[in-house]
Amino acid sequence: MTESYDIAVIGAGPAGANAALSAAKHGFRVLLLDEQPAPGGQVWRAKSAAILSAPATPESRAGKALRAAVRDSDVHHQGNTRVWQIERQSAGWDVHTLTDGQTAKVMAKALILSPGAREFVQPIPGWTTPGVIGLAGATALFKRDLLLPGNRTVVSGTGPLVFFVASEIRRLGGQVAAVVTPNTRRDWLGVLPAMRGRPDLLARGALWVADLMLAGVPLLWGHSVTAAQGQGSVSGVSVRKLDRNWEPIGGERGIEADSLCLGHGLIPNVEAAQLAGLPLHLRPELGGWVPEVGADGRTQIDNLFLCGDGAGIRGAAAAEIQGKMAGLNAARHLGADTAGAIAELQQSYARAARFGLAMTKLSQPRSGLSSLTTPDTVVCRCESLKQSDILAEVASGAGSTNAVKSGLRAGMGPCGGKYCQTAIARMIAAAHDRPEGDIPPPTPRPPLRPVPASALAGDFDYNDLPIPKPAPL
Amino acid sequence: MIRLVPDQSQQIRRAAEVEFTFDGMPVRAHVGDTIAVALMRAGHLHLRDAPQDDAPRGAFCCMGLCQECVVRIDGGLVESCCEAVRDGLVVQSLKVSAP
Repeated sequence: MTESYDIAVIGAGPAGANAALSAAKHGFRVLLLDEQPAPGGQVWRAKSAAILSAPATPESRAGKALRAAVRDSDVHHQGNTRVWQIERQSAGWDVHTLTDGQTAKVMAKALILSPGAREFVQPIPGWTTPGVIGLAGATALFKRDLLLPGNRTVVSGTGPLVFFVASEIRRLGGQVAAVVTPNTRRDWLGVLPAMRGRPDLLARGALWVADLMLAGVPLLWGHSVTAAQGQGSVSGVSVRKLDRNWEPIGGERGIEADSLCLGHGLIPNVEAAQLAGLPLHLRPELGGWVPEVGADGRTQIDNLFLCGDGAGIRGAAAAEIQGKMAGLNAARHLGADTAGAIAELQQSYARAARFGLAMTKLSQPRSGLSSLTTPDTVVCRCESLKQSDILAEVASGAGSTNAVKSGLRAGMGPCGGKYCQTAIARMIAAAHDRPEGDIPPPTPRPPLRPVPASALAGDFDYNDLPIPKPAPL
Repeated sequence: MIRLVPDQSQQIRRAAEVEFTFDGMPVRAHVGDTIAVALMRAGHLHLRDAPQDDAPRGAFCCMGLCQECVVRIDGGLVESCCEAVRDGLVVQSLKVSAP
């Protein structure tokens, strides 16, 4: 059975949920699809059922309000659902989903993509060791499970996320061994003007840093973790100072720890937009490759809209507003008079985006970051391919991410290239002395998420298969 | 010592406990925990061995993308960070040495 909606929204974070709410207010039938059980996205992720009660945080409050708004609306929210294929049809879109092991197809006249972001982690020696998790992964543990990543954790990476993660470890009773960030205090001074528009967040960040300093946690500005030690688990990390271009300089020192949270900024999830037919452009100030889309969520395809961090990393506040604009634009496409409401949101969007972009700038990779990856470092985690394997393939003529993918299977493993392609593209660009803009991500192929073959095949009995009579001899 | 960020770990109430096994070892978890979270809390970080080099691996992205935390349940592969525990669940690692 194929269900039919006016508008399908993929992703129920701040952008997608607000897009759905805005469109539903104009009387349209809206389906909101999401991988998580409840709306909120990564940033306002709901607690797991294992948490009966816990102190509220700004994130939990925002998520709770969003979930209440969706619950009280006419939006049909379908959680625990993965979208694995999107197809454009003459009358709209076919969206193929997987829920509880069952595949289904949904039709919609208009489609809103709010796929969010994932984390970029520059591969370092030992980053595949159990006990090393992404910075964003750590936030998922805090928000959903209120769980610590270990007993003594080094937090390393760029932008504001390191301080949030370190502070959450302290709030949940854990021990932060050190905060190690490539950013310098000067980098942060540079973004202060853009932070004036959000004094609440500025104050919160200042409190995190002051608390860490009072607690005597080493704050290593202008440094990076260069390796994680340990075989079956993390026993410590190595740290080096970085120069202005994030090239490691000076000697290595060790810090004892049983866990490491590591991340180098967020990158937009572009695969769904690629499959839908939107061209990509390299915009490092927006987090990397981004689909072509207007500030108000409209795209070159008249019944396709895109919003949130999947359109460029601008943060939750901007995502909320862009989501509303995308939802109103989808409603407008289907005949509602929403032009005035969209125009009213433009200014607040620009203000919110200014703050978000300043944070994104702190994570914009500099030339030296790639040198944290050594020849023996695993780059493609799924296929255990080292940097030297990939460079050998590139030296033998592979000049695109597609070529490296088909030659080595880097990006064909179960993660679908989500954790290796950014680093591989930069390796290709550097080896062939070409600009990064010449090396786009590989052509996306469905499934967007792993789909069990049994779900695709459906239930059948071999005895029921019609077998034609053999041809007479 | 003055703390600007208070320790709130004692203010968290968790659901009732259940027990499942990981490679035959008993693991306690709260109803509603994902398998990955229950294993992490119990100190079982090493969930599988990588293809090609058999190197140890465990949960990495914690949000259902990287597939590093995949374990075996009833013969099928399951992302342990997305699957809730159940009482009596039998979870097997993908270690080369797994029983």
